Amino acid sequence: MTSAEHTDTSTEHADVVVVGSGFGGAIAAYHLAVGGARVMVLERGPWLTAPDFEHDLKLGSSSTRIFDFGIGDGMSVLSGNCVGGGSVVFFAAMPRAPSFVFERRGSVGRRMWPAAITRDALDPWYDRVSEALPVSRQSFESVPYAGGLFAAACARAGRTANPVPSAVDVESCTNCNWMTAGCRFDAKRSLLLNYLPAALAQGAEIRPLHEVQHLSRTDRGYRVHYNRVDEVDYRVLGETGTIDAAIVVLAAGAAATPVILRRSEPSLGPMPAAVGRYFSGNGERLNTAVIDDERARELLGLDRGDGVAYQAYQVGRGPCVATWDRLDASLPEYTRYSLEQLFFPVGFGTFLAQAPDATGPGWLGVEKKEMLRRWQSWLTVFTMCEDDNEGVFGPPPATGNAYRISAQTLGRITLRYQPTANTLRAWALADADVKAILERDGLARVRPWSSDLIGAYTVHPLASCRIGDDPDTSALDESHELRGHPGIFVTDGSAVPGALTVNPALTIAALAERAMPGVVAAARRSGIDARYTGTLPTGGTVSARTTPAAAGAA
Amino acid sequence: MDILPPVSQRWTQKGGETVSDDAQRARVATLEAFADTVIPGEKRWPGDRAVAGVSDGGGAVAAGALALLELPEVGLAAGLAGLAALLDERAAWYATEHGLAHDPSVPPFVALPYDDRVELVRRVTAPGHPAKDLWVGLAVFCTMAFDAAAHLHTTDAIAADHPGLATIGFRPPEADGVWRFPRYSYQRPLADQHPDTTPSGSPA
Repeated sequence: MTSAEHTDTSTEHADVVVVGSGFGGAIAAYHLAVGGARVMVLERGPWLTAPDFEHDLKLGSSSTRIFDFGIGDGMSVLSGNCVGGGSVVFFAAMPRAPSFVFERRGSVGRRMWPAAITRDALDPWYDRVSEALPVSRQSFESVPYAGGLFAAACARAGRTANPVPSAVDVESCTNCNWMTAGCRFDAKRSLLLNYLPAALAQGAEIRPLHEVQHLSRTDRGYRVHYNRVDEVDYRVLGETGTIDAAIVVLAAGAAATPVILRRSEPSLGPMPAAVGRYFSGNGERLNTAVIDDERARELLGLDRGDGVAYQAYQVGRGPCVATWDRLDASLPEYTRYSLEQLFFPVGFGTFLAQAPDATGPGWLGVEKKEMLRRWQSWLTVFTMCEDDNEGVFGPPPATGNAYRISAQTLGRITLRYQPTANTLRAWALADADVKAILERDGLARVRPWSSDLIGAYTVHPLASCRIGDDPDTSALDESHELRGHPGIFVTDGSAVPGALTVNPALTIAALAERAMPGVVAAARRSGIDARYTGTLPTGGTVSARTTPAAAGAA
Repeated sequence: MDILPPVSQRWTQKGGETVSDDAQRARVATLEAFADTVIPGEKRWPGDRAVAGVSDGGGAVAAGALALLELPEVGLAAGLAGLAALLDERAAWYATEHGLAHDPSVPPFVALPYDDRVELVRRVTAPGHPAKDLWVGLAVFCTMAFDAAAHLHTTDAIAADHPGLATIGFRPPEADGVWRFPRYSYQRPLADQHPDTTPSGSPA
């Protein structure tokens, strides 16, 4: 059944249009559809499922069809571009944010998060998402070699290390490390396996390759303007269309949601000042080490069982182990961070890595090639620290969120990010820590990725349209409603107020879950016959701990 | 000591393959030299000028960098001639600036010694350079030709002993063309966990 109806020659109608189908969009689509609303999801990228996910690095395979890489000025952003959004391309590391994060003051000098949101207040919503996907605690017994090596190095340096909670079903995972091309084994519990099929079953419609350009007002709500996108060459836009809805949920991602809103200003009127500002790259930074296999055996006592200590960078499932010793609430802001072992696929994941002992620029040349010969001995370490929300988007491009260079993936975005002294100091602290852990007694040589070529680099864009209590520094109120534009909600990573010091997907999803009773209530006020059911996609009703009432929901 | 092929065959993409148009030959040689600067390789034949020959085994050129750059979906093909011309212009200035001898038999960038090619690439990719994006884009795809063989199906590239995938030691798939690693873990605790870890496995 199609939930949208043709009522005139061009404009269709739905109760709610959801823009984007990642965590923020899928969760909204599910709750609104199960509550009785007619929901239309518009997704810019293609709709692929397990059989479509290829183990292939060729341009045009799933690895480039579902991924966007936007180069900005001082910051480049990787993000999902497909039905299921980031959940399809991510590594499924799903820790909760530490308590101190919610007390951060950041660049504004007062608490960044709404007063109503603390870790304790968010825990019931974390629980719900963890049940729905599901997310599970991991064990060292099933941690891949790279995570084991990082843990052993941490231990030898006097640190703790934890397996990171994950949305991967370890039993069906083959540790192929092709996660960013989509999981052909459905071991990664992406939104394609829970919220989205459940939303479809409740009558929601998902339209892939529909790129929303802007919104305008109607008597009863909003008109959503989109273009069709060519399924192979995303530079080629097709026909335009419009859909009217009383409620719009924007969840196009932190590098796209503010762009759509800024482009809508001529028709919607002025946006809150924080739309397109306060962007955070989650304080992310990468170091790549080259491990000395003999030293790994001698110092850490490692052996794969075949006489080799490590040489297994290609094996695994992305990041599996992190050290959280610096996630200490008593430390000053901008000095707290996690360090997480990470795999990055070849291509974009090798370009910026720098030969540790290169005399010139480390990203190219003879020394880089020698480093590449030892690729299986690489270990990449991911820093997530507290940045300063320095990012600002410039005027929107003509369409989409990027000037697309390649048919897929590569484009130029209008984001400008000049790291402040706070961020630079945090990165320097983390770099020194990575060095202290991995270079101890000659275990490895390590160097940060080049920031000269494309600036800093984030796979977790955040905060470009954030929630907060202060209208001057937050675009959304604590219910995720856009200030001054009732009926527009933002539920993606752009709503997160700032860097989380850990992987943000579970927090983005928990915030979206938390926002849903309020979004449904707004829909009812708009005359839509919908209710908040509190169910989860698994079909089970929520436990006592996870009831919205227990969480103090609106 | 260089043993040059006949002039008509210089700067071509493959030894012995003649390209008639001088500008086209210069363009190819300059782009090959750029790719070889990013990921260097060994000379393809005695007297190969585009490939500097500073590294053993194939580099970005042998890996197929030009084939990748010329794919329309990459988005750089239409600008390659202009980029090559711009790079040669820069190289000519650089040579003058450093008092390097001109060699009219090859394009100016190809004429530069390898270390000077690296220095010039570093300059044009440095923060603040007005055309930085273009050069970085070119370098990205040269890298991707080498270590991702992004113009080929990965299984085909492995079967053909692609120099980049072979150099990095990229492990092959199982017989069905799919990667699985049944042995993947040391299967034992290798560190103490943080004392404040919550029951969900997260930081407190």
